[in-house]
Amino acid sequence: MLTQETLARFDREVAKYPAEQKQSAIMACLTLAQVEKGWLDKETIAFVAAYLDMPAIAAEEVATFYNMYNLKPVGKYKLAVCTCIPCALSGGRDAAAYLADRLGIKLGETTADGKFTLVESECQGACGDAPVALVNNHSMKSFLTPDKLDQLLEELK
Amino acid sequence: MAILGSINPIMTASWQGDAGWGIDAYIKRGGYEALKKILSENIPPEGVIAEVKKSVLRGRGGAGFPTGLKWSFMPRTMPGDKYIVCNTDEGEPGTFKDRDIMRYDPHSVIEGMIIGAYAMGATRGYNYIHGEIYELYERFEAALAEARAAGFLGQKILGSEHSFELFAHHGYGAYICGEETALLDSIEGKKGQPRFKPPFPASFGLYGRPTTVNNTETFASVPFIIRLGSENFLNAGKENNGGTKLFSISGHVERPGNYEIPLGTPFATLLEMAGGMRGGRKLKAVIPGGSSSPVLPADIMMQCTMDYDSISKAGSMLGSGAVIVMDETVCMVDVLNRLSFFYHEESCGQCTPCREGTNWLYQIVHRIETGEGKPEDLDMLLSICSNICGRTICALGDAAAFPVMSFLKHFRSEFEYHIQHKTCLVP
Ligand SMILES: NC(=O)C1=CN([C@@H]2O[C@H](COP(=O)(O)OP(=O)(O)OC[C@H]3O[C@@H](n4cnc5c(N)ncnc54)[C@H](O)[C@@H]3O)[C@@H](O)[C@H]2O)C=CC1
Ligand SMILES: Cc1cc2nc3c(=O)[nH]c(=O)nc-3n(C[C@H](O)[C@H](O)[C@H](O)COP(=O)(O)O)c2cc1C
Ligand code: SF4
Ligand code: FES
Repeated sequence: MLTQETLARFDREVAKYPAEQKQSAIMACLTLAQVEKGWLDKETIAFVAAYLDMPAIAAEEVATFYNMYNLKPVGKYKLAVCTCIPCALSGGRDAAAYLADRLGIKLGETTADGKFTLVESECQGACGDAPVALVNNHSMKSFLTPDKLDQLLEELK
Repeated sequence: MAILGSINPIMTASWQGDAGWGIDAYIKRGGYEALKKILSENIPPEGVIAEVKKSVLRGRGGAGFPTGLKWSFMPRTMPGDKYIVCNTDEGEPGTFKDRDIMRYDPHSVIEGMIIGAYAMGATRGYNYIHGEIYELYERFEAALAEARAAGFLGQKILGSEHSFELFAHHGYGAYICGEETALLDSIEGKKGQPRFKPPFPASFGLYGRPTTVNNTETFASVPFIIRLGSENFLNAGKENNGGTKLFSISGHVERPGNYEIPLGTPFATLLEMAGGMRGGRKLKAVIPGGSSSPVLPADIMMQCTMDYDSISKAGSMLGSGAVIVMDETVCMVDVLNRLSFFYHEESCGQCTPCREGTNWLYQIVHRIETGEGKPEDLDMLLSICSNICGRTICALGDAAAFPVMSFLKHFRSEFEYHIQHKTCLVP
């Protein structure tokens, strides 16, 4: 289901919590599973839940509550552009519109070749660097002028 | 570098940018001396709490609750596990100070937490880190490994009788987890939904055990209070508002970014430090303490000093120190529309007034923005707000209502214009 390497990282997460509180590792383990699989299907969620001795339904509740979990397949690169107000005052919406235009898709869509998914996000806690975007949840890109967006798309090609 | 400007800085004075986050650099600039001083001089836990009280450090997460007082609520001598938790779930629109602390000075947070654990008798701690700054979650784990290797964490810290374990936990995209009790549920591996307070975390916290939650900047201030002395820390700010504070400035200024200034500094000075208004345009309005704080028009804001008391007297809140600056080109209906969407999206849904109310607020502001508004909508908005305020489990309900009420109080004519002309007053 998941590689030995991912499972070894699960164990490191579990070790952070008191022995009887394994469930505390659910967020980190779902994240690691998603990094390996790209998105979380029901089987993966159930597998992670079983690993942590918790009911699958409890793990599903967590996966649906936190919005960085992908509950549907996404492109190879998920680009989440912040359009919340502080960013919007400094070009956040323009950056999102520019990307939509370059990729030929609307917000929330994936390109036909399965390369890119474009979504908007709420505040990423980096408003001073606006416009900002997260690539696959874990890599933050700052000061995204059209030039830098072109460069980013080129790098990810 | 790391910080764009400062006046008599304390926390950021010796930051060295991305190259200086590691333990060697931190120790070279005086790091872990506060902890060593406490242990070597045998300063008792009550003594540490007394120092923090005297410094008048107030919670930097937004509510401004006196930190020393909160620490004194912990049943220090009660047997069994007790926890301290650092709140790095920074997600309030406009706030980005904790990210820089985590980026350039993670060991100041670690040292502050070790001192806090000593003072409160806590055995374990967690730092809950906003999922969006995952790169800094990884950096923090590396910093923890350094601190463990150096003997600052673990059993018998620096040969003392004191032991403390500290771990990192990350969020994954839920603003509400910044609310301290939602955060605790999230660490427990559940949906992050706020709990009723009281009981406060000091009596029923993580896994039901005594717990204290403090903001990243709050913990990071503690080593400096011990090193400088509480008196000096207090005097760096003003009466009832001890110390300097980081302010995050975003929006229509020339140089958005973080600035460290003494509490009590005039807003005009801060604006000037940030390079003034972008393109020399005119200041229209400021949201002074993160999106949850009421907006203030330019003339009122220009009279304020940046501290808890002055901003609250002006009818808003210092909050997390997130100053969102808007110039004359901004349409207030557009801004409120986007903000209302945020609260509607982020409501955790467990209280009806908040779940339904935030949805209504957004629907109505949205129809005003798109030219479908009706004259009676403005009073309806205010009535929805009064049905939310004070009737919810956590402060998110109020946080959704404050912007609506304050935008209507100060900029009602723009909303009326939108309803009447189906277009913006602002060109
Ligand atoms: N930094 C950020 O990203 C964000 C910050 N906020 C801020 O959060 C604030 C609201 O936070 P809350 O935790 O709801 O405020 P609160 O006033 O309920 O609590 C503040 C702190 O003091 C403690 N406390 C208060 N009264 C106490 C008592 N009688 N006994 C023991 N402990 C007590 C609480 O446990 C908490 O740690 C807002 O003012 C807003 O500015 C809101 C959203 C995001
Ligand atoms: C909806 C909501 C979100 C919050 N988000 C944060 C946050 O991201 N960071 C933070 O430190 N406090 C946040 N708070 C405030 C915390 O509940 C709590 O007051 C704070 O962490 C206490 O630390 P302090 O006393 O050091 O400020 C939030 C409160 C609410 C109601
Ligand atoms: S006020 Fe809103 S966010 Fe807070 S507990 Fe109630 S429904 Fe959840
Ligand atoms: S509003 Fe975009 S990062 Fe804060």
